[in-house]
Amino acid sequence: MPLFRTEGLTKSFGGLRAIDSLDMHVDEGEIVSVIGPNGAGKTTFFNLVTGLEKPDDGVIEFDGQPIVGLVPSQIIKLGIARTFQNVRLFPNMTVRENVMVSRHCRTRSGLIGAVLRTPAFRREEEETRRIAEDTLGFFGTRLVGYRLDQLALVLSYANRRRLEIARAMASSPRLLLLDEPTAGMNPRETVEITELIGKMRDEKGFTILLIEHDMRVVRGVSDRVVVIDYGRKIAEGTYEEVAQNEQVIEAYLGRPAEKGA
Amino acid sequence: MERAATAAEPLDDLLPAPVLSLQRAVRFGLIGGMAAVVVAAIGMVETFEARTLIDPFLALGLTTLYLASFTFGFVAGSPPPEREGFAKPKAGLRSLAAGAIAGVLAGVVLSAFMLLADAVNLRNIFVSVSPQLLELLTFGKGLGTGILLVLVVSTAVGVAGSAVHLIPAQVRRPIMYTVMWVLLVGLLQSVIEPVFRGLGLPSLIDVLYEEAGGLRLAGVVIVAAAVFLLSFFLGGKGRALQGRLDALPAQRRRSYISILLLVAAAIVYMIPRVVGPFLSEVLDLAGLYLLMALGLNIVIGYAGLLDLGYVAFFAVGAYTTAILTSPNSPRFTPEMTLWASLPFVVLAAALAGLLVGTPVLRMRGDYLAIVTLGFGEIARILLNSDALKETFGGAQGIINIPNMVIGPLTVRGPEVFFYPIFIFAILAGYVSLAIQNSRMGRAWMAMREDELVAETMGVNIVAAKLSAFVVGASLASIGGALFAVKVGSVFPSSFNIVVSITILVLIIVGGMGSVPGVTVGALALVALPELLREFNEYKFLMYGILLIFMMLKRPEGFIPSKRRALELHQDEVLQDAWLQIYGDEETGPQEEGV
Repeated sequence: MPLFRTEGLTKSFGGLRAIDSLDMHVDEGEIVSVIGPNGAGKTTFFNLVTGLEKPDDGVIEFDGQPIVGLVPSQIIKLGIARTFQNVRLFPNMTVRENVMVSRHCRTRSGLIGAVLRTPAFRREEEETRRIAEDTLGFFGTRLVGYRLDQLALVLSYANRRRLEIARAMASSPRLLLLDEPTAGMNPRETVEITELIGKMRDEKGFTILLIEHDMRVVRGVSDRVVVIDYGRKIAEGTYEEVAQNEQVIEAYLGRPAEKGA
Repeated sequence: MERAATAAEPLDDLLPAPVLSLQRAVRFGLIGGMAAVVVAAIGMVETFEARTLIDPFLALGLTTLYLASFTFGFVAGSPPPEREGFAKPKAGLRSLAAGAIAGVLAGVVLSAFMLLADAVNLRNIFVSVSPQLLELLTFGKGLGTGILLVLVVSTAVGVAGSAVHLIPAQVRRPIMYTVMWVLLVGLLQSVIEPVFRGLGLPSLIDVLYEEAGGLRLAGVVIVAAAVFLLSFFLGGKGRALQGRLDALPAQRRRSYISILLLVAAAIVYMIPRVVGPFLSEVLDLAGLYLLMALGLNIVIGYAGLLDLGYVAFFAVGAYTTAILTSPNSPRFTPEMTLWASLPFVVLAAALAGLLVGTPVLRMRGDYLAIVTLGFGEIARILLNSDALKETFGGAQGIINIPNMVIGPLTVRGPEVFFYPIFIFAILAGYVSLAIQNSRMGRAWMAMREDELVAETMGVNIVAAKLSAFVVGASLASIGGALFAVKVGSVFPSSFNIVVSITILVLIIVGGMGSVPGVTVGALALVALPELLREFNEYKFLMYGILLIFMMLKRPEGFIPSKRRALELHQDEVLQDAWLQIYGDEETGPQEEGV
């Protein structure tokens, strides 16, 4: 049974079918890339999965359980965490706090515990802190040390992206949704992220669903590629298979001009 | 031409420093003159003149008036901001000239006003523009000489303001402190006298103060010398002391801190005894506001929910206490003790928090502010209404609320009441600080930053919002309970919008999210107008001016929380600055922390 599966997923905005009866699945431990031209419905797909939008029709199942109708905070608790295409951190919180926030769904201490400083509260706080710092350590030295106490808004663009990924990772998800993790990064940083995505699966055991425009990244990490255009799946397979697919080439490059027109 | 000399300094590739604009001085002079005219026309000068600061020659009225010339002289004379690639601008004769221009122009505007007031009867519009005011403004020397004097004094004060920039930085601070403290000690005679008397030092009063009011010259000298020496020798030692305390081994540090706490407790215990009933009363009021400001700070500062109807929770606390404890409560008379009723009070406030919070769950920012403003008014109107008179007593309120009883002790009178208020305020401060670095505190802050992302990252927004409202409401309700017991009666008129606004001003001026800031804000903004009755009349004008000033110049508050200061002045420490401090990203000292 796949870890994650959609069936007949449909979402319209007014007259526009952003997602049109989309069937797809992701197996445990896979890295699947979702690609498609701009406006193909990739981000809408992520929004549907994470509960930010409600589908008009269709099924989304995670670990055999339907998740349509759940609110975002319930979905991350089940184990689906995401990043955003246009980095959305908590700018006025420190780097460490940004990551600690995403442990919210894995911790339980309340106001009373915080005020009374109960041992359970202290233990949990200590653990949250440790996990946050460990997760940030995944990115080498870039986000640790003095940076832990810096506000997120002073970070460089690439570090903001890294921090966003760290924040999603710290929630101990089983499925990680990365929305264009390398957008706006320079070639060196792109290579670094590509390697990290592989490492996330191999070392942390995340299953990863990825939206990406940079084909080098897609080729570098994907076990399988799903191509979406106008909200419909037009191709699926390994990178090489998909790259040869005529419909895909057409979606990206357009139809060749009719001969003799 | 003289600027070329500056450019020849070591960094000779810099462009000459930008020159201080005298046009700017003209503008500030005119603004300063207008400010002075407003202060005079609304009667502030005349009212304030009754308070003598330094015995024969300086009273608060004219000080306030010429504060305009001083401030705008200071602003006009401030060197232009340093720019990259330019030499550092220095204050010089040009600053003094700018200050003089600002001072003269302020004087001219004020003189024009005096001429106008002399020629035309302005009293139909400005009631306070009386012949007495004119006499005051002309120093009692007649219009001609008076105007000349105004021009001279205003210019001199303007130059003095701009001269501040010429004082070398090491002595500037001690001198400023000295002047401020002398004025403050003169101003706070009515506070300091009872304190000295309480301390058993009545003889010191006669040395410092004239009987009729105002510092004696000897007093000025004593205060000035004391402050100057203290600030000159102790300036910056506080941090060193803190450092030495931190360096101590944990065991000894703990014992030092507990000794300090004991000393502090002893001082607090002495406060109401020393200051006497009137000052205790004022402190009680400030403490109540502090308690509520700490609660509102959680709602606004932490969770970012702009609640303008906070007084509603204060009212719920006060009325629940009144109903549960007073034998005169119109409908229910359980006649509980305060302590027995307190859980119910908090519960009622928590319910009220849910009641207000639930319908506004989907609202943010301005919309939330308007709706909560409405809720605040609804609460007051309901309490006042005839329909609910059977329960809340309508405009007659509920009277005969029994005193607080602790064991065998009956808490009566402002001096004794200081202690419970102080203890609850400390508790509220502790709760605020404890929650700040906890799971819920982080959830609130995340929600303040970006609600949608917070939700996506696992924060249950409904629970987070409601809990912020409930915690804020609970703290306000304890304030309400104390208020009800202290006054002995509750009336709807005590719970008007002004309370909400005052608390909000405290938070903004003190520093949002900062517990010490809110404390100082409560003392300065609530206690001060109570102590100086003439301030009370212009309280809201001053709040307004202060709010605008804070928003423009110091949005993080006077004593900001570390975080807010970082947020709002972040442009000064952007990435490049960090790199300069911490070295290159790959080799910087941050690796030590790994």
